[in-house]
Amino acid sequence: MSGRRPRSFYLLASFFALFLLFLYGPTLTIAILSFQGPDGGLTFPMRGVSTYWFADLFRQQAVGDIWGSFSRSLVLGLMVMVTTVVVSIMGGLAFRKRFAGSSVIFYLVITSLVIPSILVSLGVGLIFSQSGLNVHWSTSGYGSQLTWTLPFGLLIMFAVFNRFDPSYEEAARDQGAGPWQTIRHVVLPIIAPSLIGVALFGFTLSYDEFARTLLTSGSYNTLPLEIYGMTTNVTTPVIFALGTLTTLFSFLIIAVFLLTVWLQSRRRARLGSDAGKGML
Amino acid sequence: MRNLLKNRHLSGWLLAAPLSAVLLLFLVLPIVMIVVVSFWGATEFSIYPAFLFDNYAFLFGSPVTYSVFFNTFKYAAITWVFTLGIGFTVAYFLAFHVRTLTWQIALFLLCTIPFWTSNIIRMISWIPFLGRNGLANSTLISWGVIDEPVEWLLFSDFSVILAFVHLYTLFMVVPIFNTMMRIDRSLIEAAYDNGASGFQTLTNVIIPLTKPGIMIGSIFVVTLVMGDFITVRFMSGSQSANVGRLISNDIALLQYPSAAATAVVLLATVLLIIAVLLRFVDIRKEL
Repeated sequence: MSGRRPRSFYLLASFFALFLLFLYGPTLTIAILSFQGPDGGLTFPMRGVSTYWFADLFRQQAVGDIWGSFSRSLVLGLMVMVTTVVVSIMGGLAFRKRFAGSSVIFYLVITSLVIPSILVSLGVGLIFSQSGLNVHWSTSGYGSQLTWTLPFGLLIMFAVFNRFDPSYEEAARDQGAGPWQTIRHVVLPIIAPSLIGVALFGFTLSYDEFARTLLTSGSYNTLPLEIYGMTTNVTTPVIFALGTLTTLFSFLIIAVFLLTVWLQSRRRARLGSDAGKGML
Repeated sequence: MRNLLKNRHLSGWLLAAPLSAVLLLFLVLPIVMIVVVSFWGATEFSIYPAFLFDNYAFLFGSPVTYSVFFNTFKYAAITWVFTLGIGFTVAYFLAFHVRTLTWQIALFLLCTIPFWTSNIIRMISWIPFLGRNGLANSTLISWGVIDEPVEWLLFSDFSVILAFVHLYTLFMVVPIFNTMMRIDRSLIEAAYDNGASGFQTLTNVIIPLTKPGIMIGSIFVVTLVMGDFITVRFMSGSQSANVGRLISNDIALLQYPSAAATAVVLLATVLLIIAVLLRFVDIRKEL
């Protein structure tokens, strides 16, 4: 498999490059256009280069309640993230052994993943309105988003525990560790990198969720709802500026998570035991 | 107490309790509620409990329903073909042509990062490309391919499907790549040793072994497209409809019973398709 690369490699590599261009091209375009001059429009040509539209985001009268919705989305994202991690770990541990009703729950998880988002939105909205409760992003919105983030968290945990070597736990038990100690000091540290992945899914899927919060967030919008509202009545590049900023924020979050995983694996490589390595 | 905790059913139930609670409250109950409300009646301002088949009678009696369902299937089918073609090719390149694991992970991450960013922003970002005065039109005009701007690039079925492919190809790449990485490389060596060409290896070894990944990707893409309403609304400029838009229009008019009836039919359709696809793959085995 070494030596010169076949011609098919170059064909496929060009295809892959085109795919990346397709994936990132539009985002880069609006990033460029968000630096339009004050007289510029939604398309090229650029009429000067300025940060006018970014500044516009900070002017009070400009549009809606961007910063309020941003902080709500941030808090909601963190709430959903923590819940997703905790519930996914517990669910993952539960599914290591078959228990009565486990396959029912499993199929519910799959249903939760494939059900059209607007149905969750509609159903939760109806329950709240018919029982006289007010929909609010931190109650109905939070629960609706969990039906989207939990399946991803659980599928990751299933994958993790399918590959988990139970002899680590047996070793811990043989040394006299209790069930909680085994989980706290053996299982959790081993699966930690995957938990960061679950947290990343939990936060970002919540932060960007639109359809499931549409009818369940009440009178205070989350950021995606605010942006969607802007698409119908804002016709200036300010929407590109907002898009660029929130995409940058997402990139930052992703980078932080990936960096944590990377640092963790380095630390692990450095401090890890050398058991089994010096035998030969 | 100690013995009780050792009971695997009990410990399973306890650990799965938070999960079950969320699913019960925010998935099962809402579905039940939708089914119940689909039999209710509605006035212009409010809805009232009843047991009527009016909503379903109206739904199945209207020719609009059939054309909208047809449109939904059309979007799903076309998007599926493109995402599968592109997703498979990308995953194949990553799994079999990129040689070091570091590069594989790096390029794979590049493909998945957009998944963690906002769909709405990614939709909006097509406007400067496809608009009347957008990049595509001005490029084509400067090349002399067309004389005046093409109108169907934005706010058409074309832009809807383009956006679907743009948003959802990742859902094909990830499971297909995951399955491909688990194919035993010696099987491919064996195919070569037996004189198979690269293409024969692809069709006789790799594609059959990648089937589970293809199925999982298909489940994602088909359900996402069938349940969508926002992409169709935004990218078609409200000129095309799918079932999701039918539901969201009813909601906007406060016609919840009618929306609920459409939702029940949509859910039944989606679950039926998933049930068929799940016959070809055991998800629990593939994780």
